[in-house]
Amino acid sequence: MERRVNYENDLNLMATEPRLGLPGCGDDEPQRKTNPSIRNNKRTVPEISEVSSSESNSSITMSGSDDQDSPPPAKEQVVGWPPIRSNRKNCLQSSKRNEVEGMGMYVKVSVDGAPYLRKIDLKVYGRYPQLLKALENMFKLTIGAYSKREGYNGSDYAPTYEDKDGDWMLVGDVPWEMFISSCKRLRIMKGSEARGLGCV
Amino acid sequence: MEPSELKRSKDSPNSDESTRRSSFPDEVLERVLSLLKSHRDRSSVSLVCKDWYNAERWSRTHVFIGNCYSVSPEIVARRFPKIRSVTLKGKPRFSDFNLVPENWGADIHAWLVVFAAKYPFLEELRLKRMAISDESLEFLAVSFPNFKALSLLSCDGFSTNGLAAIATHCKNLTELDIQENGIDDKGGSWLSCFPESFTSLEVLNFANLSSDINFDALERLVGRCKSMRVLKLNRSVSLEQLQRLLVNAPQLAELGTGSFSEELTFRQYVELESALSNCQNMHTLYGLWDAKGIYLPALYPVCTHLTFLNLSYAALRSDELAKLLAHCPRLKRLWVLDTVEDKGLEAVGLNCPLLEELRVFPADPFDEEIIHGVTEAGFVAVSFGCPRLQYVLYFCRQMTNAAVATIVQNCPDFTHFRLCIMNPGQPDYITNEPMDEAFGAVVKTCTKLQRLSVSGRLTDLTFEYIGRYAKNLETLSVAFAGSSDWGMQCVMGGCSKLRKLEIRDCPFGNAALLSGLEKYESMRSLWMSACNVTMNGCRLLAREMPRLNVEVMKEDGSDDSQADKVYVYRSIAGPRRDAPPSVLTL
Repeated sequence: MERRVNYENDLNLMATEPRLGLPGCGDDEPQRKTNPSIRNNKRTVPEISEVSSSESNSSITMSGSDDQDSPPPAKEQVVGWPPIRSNRKNCLQSSKRNEVEGMGMYVKVSVDGAPYLRKIDLKVYGRYPQLLKALENMFKLTIGAYSKREGYNGSDYAPTYEDKDGDWMLVGDVPWEMFISSCKRLRIMKGSEARGLGCV
Repeated sequence: MEPSELKRSKDSPNSDESTRRSSFPDEVLERVLSLLKSHRDRSSVSLVCKDWYNAERWSRTHVFIGNCYSVSPEIVARRFPKIRSVTLKGKPRFSDFNLVPENWGADIHAWLVVFAAKYPFLEELRLKRMAISDESLEFLAVSFPNFKALSLLSCDGFSTNGLAAIATHCKNLTELDIQENGIDDKGGSWLSCFPESFTSLEVLNFANLSSDINFDALERLVGRCKSMRVLKLNRSVSLEQLQRLLVNAPQLAELGTGSFSEELTFRQYVELESALSNCQNMHTLYGLWDAKGIYLPALYPVCTHLTFLNLSYAALRSDELAKLLAHCPRLKRLWVLDTVEDKGLEAVGLNCPLLEELRVFPADPFDEEIIHGVTEAGFVAVSFGCPRLQYVLYFCRQMTNAAVATIVQNCPDFTHFRLCIMNPGQPDYITNEPMDEAFGAVVKTCTKLQRLSVSGRLTDLTFEYIGRYAKNLETLSVAFAGSSDWGMQCVMGGCSKLRKLEIRDCPFGNAALLSGLEKYESMRSLWMSACNVTMNGCRLLAREMPRLNVEVMKEDGSDDSQADKVYVYRSIAGPRRDAPPSVLTL
């Protein structure tokens, strides 16, 4: 059953009046909807609530009280609610990032000298060695092992990627999660240019 | 029985009786009491008479301190001279949800200094919600030559450098259990600090850490620690690497896999399945990050003897879970994400009749646009199939009174009932009534209930029910509920076994706070935040009950007279001296 999420207009004065009853309880309670819907009765803790506007997602319920014309209510979070430990939140967020693209995180891969580009789904790989092996298989070349000090020294090839800022970065320096969230495309550099990267 | 030769003179109030009746020699008494393990039994024993108090204190080897500020390390050391194992808990539980200010306290160091002097043969330290620095870990590593087991749960203040110190110096280490901590992960090199000669490790849990570790070092470590029974890997360990580890450790009883999602060749898959099937002792499975449904069948050989399956990091769909559970008939504990939806929970009810514990976590707790997740239907389905349920933690976005009534009718043996309807103050979504009757049903039916977390729209009636029926309740968590002081007064008046009460965002004020005056000394602690309590109310409490510590945490910009966050606990150590400026002790 689809449920529309309704947001109470938290900017109306009634809601901000310092009464500690249940949010929305009392005589000024707007009449309830007949269809089951989630009422967002969040009571905010002023100094720490995060306000993130998501106009495209929110739909406004005009509560019974006649409000002044306020902007669409922002989606607010109550500190420490729902009660989930931060460790778990962090894990879920990074999994979610992987799920967000839905159909996969396909990026273009170019190899210097190759006539056409390929595409791979970064989501499939849990970590760098798997990605590198896949690239080696796909293009029939050897990239070798990564080391923090020397990059891919010893190999004719160096895998690089273009990040969100448009810079070309060596694959392997940052944690995997950070990499897949910022990688826009891959380029496998060859020859002297590649070896140069190893000595930087 | 010969009359005892009393080594230590005591004044016993029952001295007439004890001289008439012959008593055990101290050695015998100590020997008998040393068989007592439960700290509650030991506390009871120590209250019988002075003889028993002394015998007990000399025979105790493990001390459990539920609130590190209730007592001082010196007092502990004076009373118990022979401790080899310590469990310490620090911050209030709501610190897990960022409600406690930074630098609140609960630092372990002062304890370690006393332990180093008084318990040089300390073997085990288990900490929960304590602050521990790298310096403290280093101090620990070098101060106790017999040190064997370190367990850190929900602690913070340390980095992987501290772990390196432990690995380097603790030659007799059997357990290193790092769970859900706020750890500064500086890299995986700490694992390589275990010397090549080191073979005693039985428990290794580094699932909490994100950095890559040196896999060769890990493989060698696991290979030479033949007694290893618990191994919980972090996400950076691949499926292929997992297979290599398992081949050398088929004796494992508990396994936390690493990432379960890379692409495997057919041969690799077969090898993994084969390695898993050799693990005949395995009863707990954990991890399975990003698990892809197609590889889950590799787990089937292990599933037949699994009793605990933790899938709370694997966003499985309902069909994937159903297929897996068909192979898990002996499951007693199951943790899942709500991506499995109600259909997945139906499969739980169908396949796991021995289930005693179920935890359903939300995959997307902060996104209101979620259409899936679990509802009351899933919970009801589980209750029909799993009558032995005792422990439930259930996050959902809708619930009804009728559903909960059905659930407890099917499962009357609940000892822990934690229901989190994620929208604060949400009523029964069908009748629009408060959820009072739901929790009323819980407390009336589940007479063994020890722990309860309530949620949804609740009036004082819920608390009337709790006070009247929940006679075994020890821990109660309340948020966004109640209508007036009366609610809390009912709880304070009725729940005779209450030990921990934590309340946030409820309309309970000074009258409610003070109604528990007589009660707080028999409790471990009370937490009240964003309620109606004022500074004056807290001062009154502090004045009337000098053996309680009443601490108030003020927030910036709040009214001077409001007591934003109040933490009250009994203590024989007096007010603490290490509170940060934001914490006022009254």
